[in-house]
Amino acid sequence: MELTGAEIVCESLLKEGVDVVFGLPGGAVLPLYGALSSYPDIRHILVRHEQAAAMAADGYSRATGKVGVCVATSGPGATNMVTGIAAAMMDSVAMVAITGQVPRPAIGSDAFQETDVTGVTLPITKHNMLVMDVKDVAQSIHDAFHIARTGRPGPVLVDIPRDVLLGEKTEFVWPETTKLPGYRFPGKAPEAQVAAAAKLINKAQRPIIMSGHGVLISHAYRLMTELAEKAQIPVITTLLGLSAIRSDHELNLGMSGMHGMAYANLAIDEADLIIGLGMRFDDRVTGRLSAFAPNAKFIHVDIDASEVDKNVQTDVGLVGDLKAVLGQMLPKIEANVHIDWLRHIEELKVQHPSHLVRESDELLPQYVLQRLTEVTQGRGIVVTGVGMHQMWAAQHCRFTEPNTFITSGGLGTMGFEVPAALGAKVGRPDVTVWSVAGDGGFQMTMCDIATAVENHADVKFAILNNNSLGLVHQLQELFFEKDYVASEYSANPDFVKIAEAYGIRGIRVTQKDQVVDAVQQAMETAGPVIVDFIVKEDEGLYPFIPSGQSVKEMLEDPALIQSS
Amino acid sequence: MAQSNHTEQHTLIALVEDKPGVLTKVASMFRRRGFNIASLAVGKSEQPGLSRMTFVVNGDEHTVGQVVKQLDKLIEVLEVSDITSERLVARELALIKVTTNQMTRGEIIQIVNLFRANIIDVGSESMVIEITGEEDKINALHNLLAPFGIIEMLRTGLVAMVRGQANGLANGRDKKTGRANGIGRS
Repeated sequence: MELTGAEIVCESLLKEGVDVVFGLPGGAVLPLYGALSSYPDIRHILVRHEQAAAMAADGYSRATGKVGVCVATSGPGATNMVTGIAAAMMDSVAMVAITGQVPRPAIGSDAFQETDVTGVTLPITKHNMLVMDVKDVAQSIHDAFHIARTGRPGPVLVDIPRDVLLGEKTEFVWPETTKLPGYRFPGKAPEAQVAAAAKLINKAQRPIIMSGHGVLISHAYRLMTELAEKAQIPVITTLLGLSAIRSDHELNLGMSGMHGMAYANLAIDEADLIIGLGMRFDDRVTGRLSAFAPNAKFIHVDIDASEVDKNVQTDVGLVGDLKAVLGQMLPKIEANVHIDWLRHIEELKVQHPSHLVRESDELLPQYVLQRLTEVTQGRGIVVTGVGMHQMWAAQHCRFTEPNTFITSGGLGTMGFEVPAALGAKVGRPDVTVWSVAGDGGFQMTMCDIATAVENHADVKFAILNNNSLGLVHQLQELFFEKDYVASEYSANPDFVKIAEAYGIRGIRVTQKDQVVDAVQQAMETAGPVIVDFIVKEDEGLYPFIPSGQSVKEMLEDPALIQSS
Repeated sequence: MAQSNHTEQHTLIALVEDKPGVLTKVASMFRRRGFNIASLAVGKSEQPGLSRMTFVVNGDEHTVGQVVKQLDKLIEVLEVSDITSERLVARELALIKVTTNQMTRGEIIQIVNLFRANIIDVGSESMVIEITGEEDKINALHNLLAPFGIIEMLRTGLVAMVRGQANGLANGRDKKTGRANGIGRS
C-alpha cells in the first residue's frame, strides 16, 4: 500500500519499537501529527515548550536504555530543542529528534518559520539529515535509530519538509539494512592491548577504577564491579557514572572531581594506576591536567577512539565496547587484596569525611537529600538540574540500581530536571522519580509540570530553595569580591501556590524535623507533588577544587573538618 | 604523559560520501576544534558516489592524531589516513597571471620552460602560466615570477596518493601509527 511520508515516519517508528514520543506541533510538522492519530500505539506526550520535548526524551532514554524520541516543528520549534539536543550530545544519550521543515520549494527563501536546522544542529548532533525525497524517509529513520543507539550513543536529527510528509505517496518498504558505508563502531579490543592493560593492573600497588557513563550505557556494571572485587580495586565514579555501582559497596568511593569526595581526589593523587572505563577525563574530573594523578599510569577504555589520548595521554588505550573489553580482560586479572592501599584510603576518609553532613540547627540542603535518600532507601530514580543541589545530590544520594541518577553533566543544563524527570517517569512508571531542583533551574522549565499532571506522570518535585543562583553566588563570594550581581532573587513565586495552580499538592518545609514527613507524604500522595524546601541560603558547596586547579588547592568544609 | 610538541605538516587523505553538506561537516569540525588546515582539495574518486579529500594539516603528532580520529568519527567519512610518512606522489596545480611586455616575454618563457610549466593564455600585457608540482616547485616559480608583477594567482591545494600497488586508504588504519582509528565494520 502506498503511504504518505508522515505515515511512513509512523510505520518506521513502530518498526523501531517506539511507543512514546514527546513533542509539540506546528505548521510544518502538522502532517506528521495528522498521521499520528491513526497510530494509537505511539503515545504522544504534548509538552509546553519544545526544550522539554528534547529533555524528556533524554530522561526517558537514560531511564529505559531505549532511544528517546522528540518532535517539533520548523524554525522556533526546532531551535527550542537545541539545548536539549546539545545536552544529549555531551552526555552520549540515544535520541532521535524529528523536525518539520518548510516545503522543499520554499527552502532557502527565508520562508515563515524557516531555519537551517541541519546547519544549526551540525556540531551538536551525532548525525543529522534533511530528507528531500519521500522514498528516503524509511531508510533515514532506520539509519537515524541505528546511529543514535549504537557505538557511542548520541542525538540524531531528521529534518523533513512538509511536502515530503504530505505529498507524493510511495510504497512503504522497511529497509533490511542501514545504508551507512562510513559508519562503524568497535566491539572487542585487540588482544595484545588487553593483555598489556591486564599486566599493568596486576602489577599496580595503588590502582583506582574511574567508572563513567559508558559503564551504564554498555551494561558493563556487573563486569566492572567484578573487576573491582577480584583485584580489590577501589572505584571512583564520574557524575554520570554514579549509579553504576551500589553506593554502599565497600569499594565505592563515590564521585571525584571539582566537587567530588575529598578522599577520592586525594586517593587519585597517590594512585599508581588509573583505569578509566567509559569516561572522558573531562576538566571537571581532572582539574589542571598536568597535576592530575601525577604518579599514575593510565589505562583508558572507550568506545570512541577520539576520546583515547584526547585529554590524558594513556599508557594503554583500548578502543572497544566496554562490556566486551571487560569480558576479554577479566580472565587475565589476578586476584589481589591491596590491603595497604585500601586501609590508607579508609584513613583518608576518616581525615576528610566529605560524605558526612555537619550538625546544624538550620535546614541544610545536604541534610534534606540525606533524609530523602533514607526514605527512598536509595530506590527509584533521582533527576537533577545543575548547580549546588546537583552536586549535593551526587554527594549524598544513595543508589542501589543502575541508571537511577539522571543529570545534565557535560552541558550543565539548568532546567533539565523537570522535563527529564517527566521523561524518566513516563519510561519507568513502576519506580519513584524525584526531580531535585534549585529554585533557579526549576523556574526555567516549571511550565512543564502541566505536562506531568496532564499525562499522569507522577513525579515528585523537590526544590532546594535558597532564593538565589547558589553556585554563581558562591563563585562571586570566592572569586569576585562578594559582588553578588544578578545571583539573588527578590521575588520568587510561592511554589506551594504554583503547585495548587496546577491542581497538585504543594508542601513547604522550613525546619529539619519536617523533612522526613514531607518526603513520605509526597510519596504517599497520588500524582505529582512539589516540596519546597526553604534551605539555608548561603550554604557553601564543598569540597571545591577551583577551575583549573588541582587537589592541592582543594577547599573543604571547615566545619566538617573540625567536627571529625 | 610525555608527548611530542613538534609541529609539522601532515598529509591526510580521506574517502567520503558525495552528499550535500559533507564538506560543511568536515570544515565545521576543523573550525570547532581549532585544527589548523593549510589546504584542502576535494574531487571524485575511483568509486561512484564517493569523493576523495586531501588535507594538509599543521600540528604535532597528538593534534594530527586527533584530526584523524575526529574525521573518522564523521558518519559520511569512510576512510581516513595520515600518509605523511609514506612514499607519496603529491601534486598541486597553480595558475599564475603575470604582467608581460615585449622586453620581459622572452625571459618569462625561458623560466616557464625551465620549470616544465605551460603557458595557457597570452595577451599583449599578460600571460597565464599553469604549473603542476609539489609545493616547493610552485613556490620557486612564484618567487622567480614575482619581480615581473603577478596580477593574480590561484592554487588548488595539494592532492596526494601513496606510490605502489596498494590503495592508501585501506581498512581505516592510521598508516602512521599502525593503530586502527575506527576499528571493525558495523
